[in-house]
Amino acid sequence: MRQYFRDIFQSIWTVLIGMKVTFGHLFVPAVTIQYPDVKIKLPERARNRLYVNMDDCIGCKQCEMACPVDCIEIETVKSLPTDDLGTTSSGQKKKLWVTKFDIDIAKCCYCALCVYPCPTECIYMTEVYEFSEFDRNNLIYNYITLTSEEIKNIKTKTSEYEKEQAAKKAAATPKPSAQTSDKTT
Amino acid sequence: MEQLLRNILDHDIFVYGVMAIVPLVWIIPYALVVIYLERKVSAHMQDRLGPMRTGGWHGWAQTIADMLKLLQKEDIIPSAADRKLHTLAPYLMFIGAYTVYAVIPFSSSYVGSNINIGLFYIIAVSSITVVAILMAGWSSNNKWSLFGAMRSVAQIVSYEIPTVLAILAVVMIAGTLNLQEINQMQTGWFWNWFIFKKFPFIFVAFVIYFVASLAETNRTPFDIPEAESELVAGYITEYSGMKFAMFMLAEFVNMFAVSAIAATIFFGGWNSPFGGFLSGPIWGVFWFLTKGMFFVFIQMWLRWTLPRLRVDQLMYVSWKVLTPWAFACIIGVGLWMML
Amino acid sequence: MTELPTTQTKTSTGRSVRTEEMVLNMGPQHPSTHGVLRLELVVDGEIVIDVIPHIGYLHRCFEKHAEKMTNYQQVIPYVDRMDYCAAMNMDFGYVLAVEKLLGIKVPERVEYIRVIMAELQRIASHLIAAGTYGLDIGAFTPFLYMFRDRERILDLFEMTCGARLLYNYMWIGGLSHDLSPGFIDKAKDFCKYFRPKIKEYNDLLSYNEIFIKRTANVGVLPADVAIAYACSGPVLRGSGVNFDLRRDDPYSIYHRFEWEPQVGMGEMGKVGDCWDRYMVRIREMEQSTNIVEQALNQIPDGEVTSAIPKRIRPNPGDVYVRTESARGEIGFYVVSDGSGSPYRVKGRSPCFVNLSVIPEISRGHMIADIVAIAGSLDIVLGEVDR
Repeated sequence: MRQYFRDIFQSIWTVLIGMKVTFGHLFVPAVTIQYPDVKIKLPERARNRLYVNMDDCIGCKQCEMACPVDCIEIETVKSLPTDDLGTTSSGQKKKLWVTKFDIDIAKCCYCALCVYPCPTECIYMTEVYEFSEFDRNNLIYNYITLTSEEIKNIKTKTSEYEKEQAAKKAAATPKPSAQTSDKTT
Repeated sequence: MEQLLRNILDHDIFVYGVMAIVPLVWIIPYALVVIYLERKVSAHMQDRLGPMRTGGWHGWAQTIADMLKLLQKEDIIPSAADRKLHTLAPYLMFIGAYTVYAVIPFSSSYVGSNINIGLFYIIAVSSITVVAILMAGWSSNNKWSLFGAMRSVAQIVSYEIPTVLAILAVVMIAGTLNLQEINQMQTGWFWNWFIFKKFPFIFVAFVIYFVASLAETNRTPFDIPEAESELVAGYITEYSGMKFAMFMLAEFVNMFAVSAIAATIFFGGWNSPFGGFLSGPIWGVFWFLTKGMFFVFIQMWLRWTLPRLRVDQLMYVSWKVLTPWAFACIIGVGLWMML
Repeated sequence: MTELPTTQTKTSTGRSVRTEEMVLNMGPQHPSTHGVLRLELVVDGEIVIDVIPHIGYLHRCFEKHAEKMTNYQQVIPYVDRMDYCAAMNMDFGYVLAVEKLLGIKVPERVEYIRVIMAELQRIASHLIAAGTYGLDIGAFTPFLYMFRDRERILDLFEMTCGARLLYNYMWIGGLSHDLSPGFIDKAKDFCKYFRPKIKEYNDLLSYNEIFIKRTANVGVLPADVAIAYACSGPVLRGSGVNFDLRRDDPYSIYHRFEWEPQVGMGEMGKVGDCWDRYMVRIREMEQSTNIVEQALNQIPDGEVTSAIPKRIRPNPGDVYVRTESARGEIGFYVVSDGSGSPYRVKGRSPCFVNLSVIPEISRGHMIADIVAIAGSLDIVLGEVDR
């Protein structure tokens, strides 16, 4: 019987305490911000969309190997000794043409594992987080700065050069029949 | 007001038609405002802002936008549902909520129908919502809706008893069921209001009435029928578009109806709390609406503070707590009046 | 389709009435099951006769992915995503396992920072658990208050490692970043700010009579049943068993701090009911705040990346390391075959084991209680299904 009255009294009392808490909050300023008009400044280490500075990329493929979800695809072409690809910002001479550097930003899990192994620090995470697209194919980012014309040129030049090198190598190796018969060339 | 209308219009039917529509003049803006207000009040209690964008300043046009959206929505009726009942249920619910306004005096000169059994009529007519809810739950052909409907029916029917008993305590000291006369008995300063008479019995009766009316309108902590986290939306799960809007409208109309009745029988209705100062037929409307809105605000406040009761605990509260205490109030008031 | 059992009941006039039990599906999409969990309820009216959980809707082949990774470091983002509400604790468990396999020791500063992060994460995870529990019971406001406080913790995390929810912060042999300047002051401010908030939650929700009526004596899990089912974490401690891995199977530097594991004592009902489990979480938040404050005061200077090995190539062998996550005992069984990538990584998920106890404790309760029970077990489906 006493439990019955105790229950009723407890109910009313705790309800009133709860009401006091919520009433107090009516006068507390809101903690939310009006998002599209006001945006919070992200801290400097924020991990959002990836960016690749192709001028510094040496085509080492470390980021491709480090990615746990395989969202980076890189294709490189070895450059000829006569080509001048320029240098990275730290002075290193670039030796590989990067003909494909695609990041599927929809697959990216924003873990930043690709940022740490890069020797030239050319891939890093920016603070851009509003990059939604209507078409999923637009989320595959192509970072290369070469046009497809240039790529074709490079590839044909490189394959020609390689054929030349292979032919030279074949001519330089001594053939048993040619050496005895052909001495004047 | 009835005299005025009779002088202007010829036929009685027009007079009654206009009198029936007058509460709608209050209800429609009230519904638009109270839904917006609920969102704002709940938002500020939760440290956030609520609607801010629609219409410019603090999103005041949000409800209008919602209403326009609901009007354009496709009306989906499940293929296995009972079409007639499914369509009829929301309108019946609104009828059950709105017919109560026929006898509530908005001011000293306006009362829809000045009948001598006003309170009895209110109690009788507000039970139509039970039928409407059962129709909604059954015709949706959905196990969860049926659950919600059954629970709601059990809840409303059980909580009518403490409501009636609390009203009975007031009727005992008023001596009449006519709401306009009850209001006229409470003229004067605020200590003439019924809530201060025969203290503490009428005060306890008011608390019982208020708690029971929370259950009648399916508000938290008694919102099991629309328990969002359990039954998705209870008996209104299968409704969309205008019918859903009708259910929501009926709920808010019901909220104001019970607040208005509480204001009328306990707090003096359209009487000003300062006696003759700031009173009159027009001021009466203002005081009445203020008191009604105050109780609506308390209902919202409780909704956002309390968790909900389980079904059997709900029944326990009704039968084992509210009803005995209501009986005790009646006995107390009766003994007081006799001695 | 098996025939549903029918029961014979007698009405008051003596006629026997056949009632049938109904199968109700609290399906994968439901506002209250935390995630995609399907609970098949066999009910008789409102009383539940049996609960059959069906899981697997969130299975993402984490363990298969781990085998295909090129090194041990790459597995860490996957481990984060197991229990996404308490990712630091997941990192901690895995990293300790691989470090044990390699036999390396991390610098002191790393140990302290790891403990601070793990305890802050525990507070954040319990805030989710308690907030959503209130939401299930019907109280809408405590949820928002708790998330407001959780935002501060997430701001601290973002300041340190750049991400709010899935961190990839604890690395094998160290951490990815050192604490940023200003972290210690901000964290101390947070601890000062947070303690009165716990009192606010208690006022609003924990000691509210309606909440107590909904959760006390509901879903009582006796201590022997909890131990038999291998429950852990707040579920086990709520049943009165004083067992906490941080003290009983110590790892890292928890023994240097003064704190107490919180145990349910049956204050509002029987020991082991939903209220006890909920209250254990609220009290653990306070204890975690204590640990964080002590660690912030004692933290030494030093390097955090000095012990990270260039190449992680453990000797062939296997190791099982268990740590106390917010939801219980998270265990990682790592098998190495001598190469640079793991041969097998198995996660022993606490929620998977805790979930198995639902049929046992929910017989005879009502449908509304099932919601309360599932909420009090604090399930995260990412961990259950991996």
